[in-house]
Amino acid sequence: MRKGTSRVGPDLVGHLHYWFSTTLFLIGLYGMLAGPHLVRKLMAMNVMQVGVITFFIAMSAKSGATAPIAIEHGPPLVAEAYINPLPHAMMLTAIVVSVSTTGVALALLIRIHRRYGTLEESELLDRLKE
Amino acid sequence: MTSHLPILIVVIPLVAAIMTPLVARMNVRAAQVLDTGVCLTVFLCATTALLRVLDTGPWHYELGGWAPPWGIEYVIDPLSAGMAMLVSFVATLVSIYADAQRRQLPEGRSGLFDSLFLLLVAGLLGIVVAGDMFNLYVFLEVASLAAYGLLSTGGTRAVVATFRYLLLGTIAASFYLLGVGYLYAMTGTLNMADLTTHVPTIVGTAPFGVAVTFIVLGLAIKMAVFPLHAWQPDAYAYAPAAVTGFMAAVMSKVSAYALFRILYFVLRAEGAAAQIISVMGWVAIAGAVAGSVMALAQTDVRRMLAYSSVSQMGFILFGFSLLNPDALTGALLHIVNHAVMKGCLFLAVGVIVWRTRAVTVNGFSGMSQRLPWTSAVFTLAALSMIGLPPTAGFFSKWYLLRGAVDASAWAFVATLVFSSLLSAVYFFRLIERMYFFTPSDEGVRRARLFEVPIGMLGPVVTLGAAVLLLGLLSHPIVVTVVRAALPEL
Amino acid sequence: MKTAFGSRVLETACRLLVPFMVLFAVYVVIHGHDSPGGGFQGGVILAAAVILLRLVRGEETALGLGPRSALVLSCLGPAVYAGIGLLAMVWGGNFLDYGALPLPIKPAEVRAMGTLGIEVGITMGVTGVIVSIFDVLSRDEEGDQSRGT
Repeated sequence: MRKGTSRVGPDLVGHLHYWFSTTLFLIGLYGMLAGPHLVRKLMAMNVMQVGVITFFIAMSAKSGATAPIAIEHGPPLVAEAYINPLPHAMMLTAIVVSVSTTGVALALLIRIHRRYGTLEESELLDRLKE
Repeated sequence: MTSHLPILIVVIPLVAAIMTPLVARMNVRAAQVLDTGVCLTVFLCATTALLRVLDTGPWHYELGGWAPPWGIEYVIDPLSAGMAMLVSFVATLVSIYADAQRRQLPEGRSGLFDSLFLLLVAGLLGIVVAGDMFNLYVFLEVASLAAYGLLSTGGTRAVVATFRYLLLGTIAASFYLLGVGYLYAMTGTLNMADLTTHVPTIVGTAPFGVAVTFIVLGLAIKMAVFPLHAWQPDAYAYAPAAVTGFMAAVMSKVSAYALFRILYFVLRAEGAAAQIISVMGWVAIAGAVAGSVMALAQTDVRRMLAYSSVSQMGFILFGFSLLNPDALTGALLHIVNHAVMKGCLFLAVGVIVWRTRAVTVNGFSGMSQRLPWTSAVFTLAALSMIGLPPTAGFFSKWYLLRGAVDASAWAFVATLVFSSLLSAVYFFRLIERMYFFTPSDEGVRRARLFEVPIGMLGPVVTLGAAVLLLGLLSHPIVVTVVRAALPEL
Repeated sequence: MKTAFGSRVLETACRLLVPFMVLFAVYVVIHGHDSPGGGFQGGVILAAAVILLRLVRGEETALGLGPRSALVLSCLGPAVYAGIGLLAMVWGGNFLDYGALPLPIKPAEVRAMGTLGIEVGITMGVTGVIVSIFDVLSRDEEGDQSRGT
């Protein structure tokens, strides 16, 4: 619990990337829950996942540092000169997961569309009742 | 090769999952045998691992020879070995049972069915042995993706239900990943053992509370805990019986395992974790009652069983929320018992649906004359769900009750009794119809010993026997395995 | 894929483009460990070359990769990955411990070679999977309605 309003300003700027990723996450979440069309839900899902990915990437950002590859004539071999590669590696995996999920979802959507002829959620619910 | 057991438990089904489509291309039958053989091998591996860790303590395996906390680590302790045994046991039986499901698939697709099934098994086993938080996420998604594929094989209604599940499952995974991100940002480590040593320094901070909330929320969706269970009934009702049987039995249980592992072993139930655990208790009570009430209102038997799972999940969650050994013993025992009984019930219903096309409660009238063996096993498992001795369900509920009384959690004692009574109502409604009503349609068929193919009946009967055995042997199991699996509180 | 998009312009452009795409894919795979790239990216580029050829020529098979062989490739790729991992266990290392492989070069290079082997496996897998996805999506709607509600 921090006190004093004077902190809000700099905190807000310093945490801008958290605001950004959280906003993306929430936009995605809202779209998934409230979207009227299944494809929009799917797109919202991707936005949400990008929110998580930007969170990790922003976390590992470091000014004045480079990718951790030791080469001749490169930066000195100290931790300060290099970026932590782990969040990037994790997010590569997360991106692969997200692409696979999207792929499976699209395959499902194609089958739904072939059977019911619509991806509009309200129409789909009507046809499911038949 | 025994020194590599922790990795073999995951890699064997993973490699087999890749190889199955190729084998199936040459010979479909061989692929099915491979499928069952792999599950059985993993079961033997898990048993060996369990015996060893009971003897010598936790077993750490470093992938690629990189030492943790930098490298990826797989850990087997009595808890994870027990879960691996449970998963592979049910998987073996389901892979035999799935024969009828495979025949309904279009030509050339059955290899892919086997492949997805093994992928699901590999993912679940991976969750069980994973020693770091991110690996757990990856395996959670591997298992989920395979599950989406399997669930959607049940026709177009199943596809719609699967899509819903996919959206919710992805929300769950994103919440979990975000929670892990918070923990990583604070501690700089993902390794579970290493994270535990960092917990005391961050336990009082606000981000810690956020992280725990996100992780618990994510896993709770995967577990289908009461207010977050909406995906489950539809997904279970339309999917093929073998898939439903397997998923209902172990998939939500493995998520429960992950929750247990993280809350008690990684976060040590401290600070915000303890607060969330106490909130979990009330959610569990609501779920145990609401699940039973909703189960009572269903006419489709599979939906009824799905809602009954929601209520049983409440019991497990409540066992987690009472911080005493008896309740935790009860919860862990209930994970095993409920997996076996619910698997048995779903597979038995699958047999009935396959043979008679009856899915409603009314359609079950006179089933004991048409399918006597299946009905008998169904009844046994149903009695166990209600919690009558000497079946397995009684003992786990007994431990839960003792734990609740110890903790003076009278609200839960009342809930346990009330919810069990409700389950008695909806199960006896079915049992009464099966045994004392005359069949509603067509004449009574002559009851034969092999009423359905032995490949379907065998697994159902085996699970039924397991329900009895787990009950009769519950004391030795608790003393040797469950007590060893409990965290030090 | 029955109808070809091909015209003379497309055919010529494609003939010029594809060799460079394949070359670039190989470059991306080989330099995956010290610059952006690797098996996933290289595999996608390779698959793009195959799909481009198919679209333009309207043939089932391009660069020797037909629908059936694509599926086989997508199975073999991960098998190479797992195979190298298991091979390390034969020589007494842990799973995926490339350092244990008995190659007559420096230990650090053995690790690099092991990684490269893994990347090749991933490339095969990704190429196969992407081409298979293309196959499935472009196939006529057969056998899908048969299993209704």
